[in-house]
Amino acid sequence: MSVTFRIPTALRPYTEGLATVQVDGETAGAALTSLTAAYPTLARHLRTETGELRSFVNVYLNDEDIRALGRESTPLRQGDTLTIVPSIAGGAS
Amino acid sequence: MLTARIGNTPLVRLRRVTEGLAPRVQVWAKLESFNPGGSVKDRAAFAIIRDAETSGRLRPGMRLLDSSSGNTGIAYGMIAAARGLHLTLCLPANANVERKKILRAYGVEIVETDPLEGSDGAIRQARAMAAATPERYLYLDQYSNPCNWMAHLHSTAPEIWRDTQGAVTHWVAGLGTTGTFVGTTRGLKGYNPDIHCVAVQPDAPFHGLEGLKFLETSIIPPIWDPSVADAHMAAPTEASITMMRRLAREEGLLAGVSSGAAVWAALKLAAGLEQGVVVTLLPDSGERYLSESHLWP
Repeated sequence: MSVTFRIPTALRPYTEGLATVQVDGETAGAALTSLTAAYPTLARHLRTETGELRSFVNVYLNDEDIRALGRESTPLRQGDTLTIVPSIAGGAS
Repeated sequence: MLTARIGNTPLVRLRRVTEGLAPRVQVWAKLESFNPGGSVKDRAAFAIIRDAETSGRLRPGMRLLDSSSGNTGIAYGMIAAARGLHLTLCLPANANVERKKILRAYGVEIVETDPLEGSDGAIRQARAMAAATPERYLYLDQYSNPCNWMAHLHSTAPEIWRDTQGAVTHWVAGLGTTGTFVGTTRGLKGYNPDIHCVAVQPDAPFHGLEGLKFLETSIIPPIWDPSVADAHMAAPTEASITMMRRLAREEGLLAGVSSGAAVWAALKLAAGLEQGVVVTLLPDSGERYLSESHLWP
């Protein structure tokens, strides 16, 4: 299913300047993988060398942090919006 | 008087995280959390507000206005409250909960800006508000205001020179507004032009180092002067967080994440020296980040 990523300005140099990117994915993790497959230079900014989401990177599904949902296994629905926000500082509240 | 307690912060020697350095190498840290507002930003904020008052630009009924990712706003908020002034602050919405609570406690009006835009989004919002209603706001503009770096020229640099008895050989500090680095470097070079001054930035535009800027892709602060830096270092977020935790457990210094970056860089520099007195600056306390579970699991 198709979902939309909102890209922070600091990462737009790696998405050809795009503020939003449409990808396919059944879960948050799969959508992230689709995103980094489309824009490979994004990967090292989002994941550690062992493949985990870097600790300061927050991904919100609509308005909720996926760490408070099912982390990367969080299921997605058609039309969902995922937002990548650095936790400078602390995440949305 | 509260503002009389700004500056003259302690300079302490790091003794445990420095293990393995050459015997004649010392690393010292200036603890800016000892300022009354809890961060290095008290110095610039006080200089900026005092200038606004004495220059006559702050007219009756005007509000102070600026953007901040947190610490400058808190410093302004404390000083403004003590002087009966009113402050509006543009703050990225992802600033942490401690910061927002402290700001509200001081009576600051907060305008939250798009978290995807970071501190540059807050800068653009403040500029737009100042341009739209110049009679309502006095835009302090910490990124352009020369009082920012001059506060460090006149206080931070002389304190480091005095407290090291002129022995400082290296100075290492992070870049945010760049005021701390630019002003202190100019001051130290005035005492001894051979002092080697190293500016620290995050190693990528997308990072977790609160308070620091990756200048290449940011709005360049007009007070930034690249010619003052003898060298640059790029701090990785994860290594800076690890160093921040070590400062707490091994030195008893509960500091913020930009302090971790500064000490990471200072130790990396010190590891290549045979002798020297390396001074760095810890901008704030770790207490300002305790809600962030990725920093303090």
